[in-house]
Amino acid sequence: MAEPFLSLRKVSKHYAGVTALDKVDFDIQKGEIHCLAGENGSGKSTIIKIISETVKADPGSVIEIKGHPVHGSNAIDAINRGIQVIYQDPSLFPNLTVAENIALGGFVAIHRKLINWKELRQVAEKAMARIDVHLPLDEIVREISIADQQLVAICRALTRDVELLIMDEPTASLTKKEVDSLLAVVTDMKSKGIATMFVSHKLNEILQIADRVSVIRDGRMVGTYPSSELDDEKLTVLMTGKKVEYQHFVAAKNGNDPILECRRLSRRGEYKDIDFKLFPGEILGITGLLGSGRTELALSLFGVSQPDTGEIYFNGKPVKIQSIQDAMRLGIAYVPEDRLAQGLINVQPVGKNIIVTTLDNLVNRFKLLDRTKVISSIQRWVKDLAIRIPSVESPVQTLSGGNQQRVVLAKWIATQPRVLILDGPTIGIDVAAKFDIHEIIRELAGRGIAIILISEEIPEVYNNCNRVLVMHKGCILREFDTRETAQEEIQNHVNGAF
Amino acid sequence: MKRLLTRHETYVFLAIVAFSIVITVINPSFFTLENLFDLLKSYSLMGTFAIGMLFVLISGGIDISFTAIATITGYTIAVLLLKYGESLNIVSVFLIAGGIGILLGLFNAAIIYFFKIPSIITTIATLNIYYGILTVVSKGKWLYGFPTWFGDFNNIRVFTLYTPDGIPYGLSIITVIWFALILIGWFILRYTILGRSIYAMGGNPASAQRAGFNLLGLNLFVYSFMGLMAGIGSVIQALLVQTVAPNSLVGKEMDVIAAVVLGGASLTGGTGSMLGTILGVTLIAIMGNGLTLMHVSSLWYKVIIGFVILVSVGVSAYRNKRSTRKHIITEVN
Amino acid sequence: MLRKFSHFLVLSVVMVFIMLLMWGFTGNDFMNLGNFQSMAYQMPELGVLSLAMMIAMLTSGINLSIIATANLSGIVIALILTNTLSADNGSAGTIWVVALAILAGLIVSALVGALNGFLIAVLDISPILATLGTMIMVSGISIVLTEGYVISGFPPAMLAIGNGDLLGIPVPILVFLACAGVMSVILNNTPLGTRIYLLGSNPVACFYSGVDNRAVLFRTYIISGIYSGVAAVIMISRFNSAKADYGESYLLLTVLAAVLGGVSAAGGFGKVSGLFLSLVILQMISSGLNLMGISNFLTLALWGIVLIVVMVINYFIENQQQKRRIA
Repeated sequence: MAEPFLSLRKVSKHYAGVTALDKVDFDIQKGEIHCLAGENGSGKSTIIKIISETVKADPGSVIEIKGHPVHGSNAIDAINRGIQVIYQDPSLFPNLTVAENIALGGFVAIHRKLINWKELRQVAEKAMARIDVHLPLDEIVREISIADQQLVAICRALTRDVELLIMDEPTASLTKKEVDSLLAVVTDMKSKGIATMFVSHKLNEILQIADRVSVIRDGRMVGTYPSSELDDEKLTVLMTGKKVEYQHFVAAKNGNDPILECRRLSRRGEYKDIDFKLFPGEILGITGLLGSGRTELALSLFGVSQPDTGEIYFNGKPVKIQSIQDAMRLGIAYVPEDRLAQGLINVQPVGKNIIVTTLDNLVNRFKLLDRTKVISSIQRWVKDLAIRIPSVESPVQTLSGGNQQRVVLAKWIATQPRVLILDGPTIGIDVAAKFDIHEIIRELAGRGIAIILISEEIPEVYNNCNRVLVMHKGCILREFDTRETAQEEIQNHVNGAF
Repeated sequence: MKRLLTRHETYVFLAIVAFSIVITVINPSFFTLENLFDLLKSYSLMGTFAIGMLFVLISGGIDISFTAIATITGYTIAVLLLKYGESLNIVSVFLIAGGIGILLGLFNAAIIYFFKIPSIITTIATLNIYYGILTVVSKGKWLYGFPTWFGDFNNIRVFTLYTPDGIPYGLSIITVIWFALILIGWFILRYTILGRSIYAMGGNPASAQRAGFNLLGLNLFVYSFMGLMAGIGSVIQALLVQTVAPNSLVGKEMDVIAAVVLGGASLTGGTGSMLGTILGVTLIAIMGNGLTLMHVSSLWYKVIIGFVILVSVGVSAYRNKRSTRKHIITEVN
Repeated sequence: MLRKFSHFLVLSVVMVFIMLLMWGFTGNDFMNLGNFQSMAYQMPELGVLSLAMMIAMLTSGINLSIIATANLSGIVIALILTNTLSADNGSAGTIWVVALAILAGLIVSALVGALNGFLIAVLDISPILATLGTMIMVSGISIVLTEGYVISGFPPAMLAIGNGDLLGIPVPILVFLACAGVMSVILNNTPLGTRIYLLGSNPVACFYSGVDNRAVLFRTYIISGIYSGVAAVIMISRFNSAKADYGESYLLLTVLAAVLGGVSAAGGFGKVSGLFLSLVILQMISSGLNLMGISNFLTLALWGIVLIVVMVINYFIENQQQKRRIA
C-alpha cells in the first residue's frame, strides 16, 4: 500500500473529565474518498478539529502528513499543508460577491496589500474551472442558494493547493439534485488527486460515494472498511453498536372523523393540491427529499404562512390559520426542524422554555403569574417527558440532544394539543435517544393526539407511522399504509421519483 | 438601470436633487457657486468625521467617542499654537492632532477587541472618560488668538472668484483636504486588501476569523483611523472658527452617524460606500443650508433631520424586509 | 441561577465596602442623615431612567431616547402649568391642574415609546438606529417648543413632588421605589415579563413558540417611554424648571447602572434588585466624590472607567464559566 497522505496513530484527546478520542488509528490515502461515519457525539468533530489543527491532540498522539510528523495547532499551518475544512455552515461573507468570497482569503494569506480586481476574477474563474461549475461571480453571496454557497466554499478551498478536503455533513441542506451534483464534484476531485474526507451520518450517501469508510463510536475507532463490504444494516450496527429492533406502530382506533383535513391546498412555489385527512391517535408520516414541500406544508398548517387556495378543515369546520396564535388556539403544535435556533432558547433555563407556550394559562385573577401554578406545571411536564436535568434552572444548552428535544416536546404537550406536527424530531440525536423519543411519540398518539411525523429517514417513518405520504416537488405522490407496504417500496418511490 | 434602482445611493441622490430644486425655487441664492463653495467648506468637518465613521460602521462597530477625541486633539494643538505658534506649520499641526487621535482610537480598539465589550458601550464610556479628563484639564476655557499664519491658512483658495460686490469666494483648501481624504478612504475601501477585509469582518466576523483574517489588526486600524479623522477634523474646526472650545463638538455625534447611515451604511456592519457617505453628508448639508435660506427657524433643524433619518431608515428597513422574504421560499418545480 | 444569586451578593459586599470607603475619606460628612437624605433626593431620577433603559436592554435592545423623551415630557408639563397657573398659586384646585399636566406628560412619553415600538417592532429597524432617530427628532421638538429657553415657575403642588417628604422619607424616593416595585412585578410576575426575557435571548424561538414578538417589543418601549416620563416629573419638580437638554450625561449612567446591576448587554438577563443595589453604589460614590470636592466632569470620566472595569470583570467571569462548560 502506498504511503498514505494523512495518518493518525493512537490519537487521543481529553477534556477535563471527558474522553473525546481514545487512541484512534486511521489513515487517508492520496486521492481517496474516505467517509468518517459516526453518530453525534462519537468524536467526529474532534477528529476534524485535530486534523485541521484548530485543536491540539494529547501527547502520545502521532499525526503524520506524507510521512512527516506534525505538531501544529494553528489553522493556517493546516491550510499550508494542503488540508482544508468546509463546515456545514460554509462560513462565507454574505455581504461580498461570489468572486470575492472565493479569492479574497487567498490574497490575505499571502499578505497582499492591493487588490487587482481582474486578477481576483481570474483566480475565482480558475477555481471554478477546476470542478467545472459556473457560479455568478458578481452576485452577493447572501442572495444565492445554500447549495451554491457550498460550491463557493469548495471553490474557495481550491484556490489554495488542497490535497485533503474535509467536508462536515455537507449534504444536510441540499436537495437530491444538488447532492448528486456535489457528489459528482467530489468524484471529479478524486480524479485530480484531491482526497476528500466526508463526514456524515447519512448511510446511503456514504455508501454511494466512499472508497473506504471509517466508523467511530464513543471516541474509539471501530474500524476501517472498504465500502463494498458494507450495507445500511451493517453500517448502522457498527455506528451504534447495537441492533435496534423496531416494533411496528399500530394506531388505536379513535373514531371515524378526521381531526384535520386538507383539500386541494396550494401555495405557489411550495406545494400544490394537497389532499389528506388526519385522524386522532394516528401517526401520519410525511416524507420526501428536501425541497419536496414537507416543511412548507407544515408551516402553513401552523400559521407561519398561508396557502393561496384550498381549504383546511379542523374538526369538520373550515378554518383559516393566519398566525401561530390561530394555530395554537385550534390546538395545533409544531416542533421545528432546527431545534437550536427555532425550538429552544438556549441560554435560558429549562423551566422558562417549557412555560413559554402556556404563560397565559398560568395566571391568577389579577393577570399575574401564579408561582405555584408555574412550578407545578413545569414539574408535571418534566416528569411526563422524563427530562433528566439537575435543576429546572439549568440552561437548556447544557442538556444532551435527546433531553433538549424532550424540553421542546414538553413545551408543546403543555398546550394540550389535538394535532402535533413533528419536523425532523430526531435529527442530531443518537440512536438510543432516538428510540426513546419514538417511544414518547407513540405514547402521545396513544393519548389521542393526532401526529404528523415529517422526516427524510425512511426507516423512521416506516416504523413509527401507520400511514406515510410521499411528497415530491410540492405534490403528494402517493399514500402508503405501512402494514401493507415494504419499506423498500417507499424508499424507491422517494428516490425513483426522478 | 435596474441595478441602479436597487441601490440605496440612488434614492439619496434623488432626495438631494428634489430638495435642491425646492430650495432653489424658494431662494435662488442657494444654487450659486458662492453658496455651494461655502457649504463645501463648512461641512468639511462633518464630512471628515463621516469618513472615519463609515469605516467603523462597515467593520460592524460604532464609535461615539470621536467628538471627545477631537476635542482633546483640538485643545492640544490650540495650546501648542498659542505657545509655540510661530515655530509650527500646518503640516505639523495636522500630524500632531492626527497622531493623538490615532492613539486614543487605539485605546478604543483594544478595549473592544480584547475584552469583547460591545462598541456602543465602550465608546459611551470612553466618550465620558476623554471628555471628563479634558474638561478638568482645560477648566472649560475657550482658546483663541492663534498665530496669523493659522488664520491665513483658512482663507486660502485653490482659485478665487469675485461676487459683484467684490467679495472673494472660491474652492477652499479645506475642501480640497476633505476631498483628498475622501479619495484616500475610497481607495482603501475599494482597492486594498485591508479595505475588503474590513467589509468581510463586518459581514461575518466568525468566518473572517476562520479564514485567517487578522481581526485584531483590522479593529486597531478602523478605530485608529476614526481617531485620525477626528484629529484632522479638530484642526479643520479650529481653522474654520479660529477658536477651540471644549464643549463645541461633544453632543454632535449623532449628526455624523445619521449622515453616514443616511448614505446607506448599516449599523450591523458589512455595508456602506464612500459615495453613499458623501451623499449622506451632502443631504444633511443641503437640508441645513436650505432651512436657513428658506427662512425656516433654526429651531426646526433637529426635528426635520430626525424625521428624515427615521424616514430613510424606515424605508431602508422596509425594502430589506421585502427582499429577504423572497429568498426563504425553497426551490420547487 | 447561581450566577444571578452571586451577582447580588457581590454587589451587596461592594456596597458595604464603598460605604466604608467613603466614610473613611470624608468622615462624618458622609455618614449622616442629611447626606443620606440628599442622596435620596438625587438618586431617583437616575433610578427611574435606569429602569427605562433596563427594560429595553433586556430585549437585547437599547433606548437612546430616554433623556430626550423625559425632557419633552417635562416641557409639556411645564408649558401646561405655566400657561394656566401662576407660580405661587397655592389654591386647592391647582392639584387637579398639576395632575392633569402630569398625565399629559406621561401620555406624551408613552407616545414616543409607541413610536419607538413601531419602528423597532413593525419596521424591524435596529434599536440603536430607531431610538437615535427619535432622540434627535424629540429633542428637536423640545427645542421648537421652548425656543431654547428654560420654562420655570411651578406651583407648590408640583414642587412638593421633587422636594417634599412623607413621614421623613423624600417623595422622589417613594416614587422610585414604586416604579422599581412595578417593574419588578412586570418582569417577574407577568407573562409579558417572561416573554421579554425570552425574546431578549432568542426572538426566533419565541416566534415559533407563539409569542407575539411585535406586541412584546411595542409594550417594552412604551413602558420605557412612560418611565422616562415619570423621571421627567421628578426632574422638573426638583429643578423647578424644564429645558430641552437636561440630563444629557445621564445616558452613560443609565447604561452603567444597568450593566453594573447585572443586565446583560446581549439581553435576556438582569434583575431590578441588582439594578437597585448598583444605583445605591453609584450614588454613594457620586456623593462621596462631591464631598471630596471632585468636579462633576471628573466624576463623569470616572464613571466611564468604572463601566469599562465592570465589563472587563464580566468578561473574565464569562470566560471562566465558558471554560468550565466546554470541559
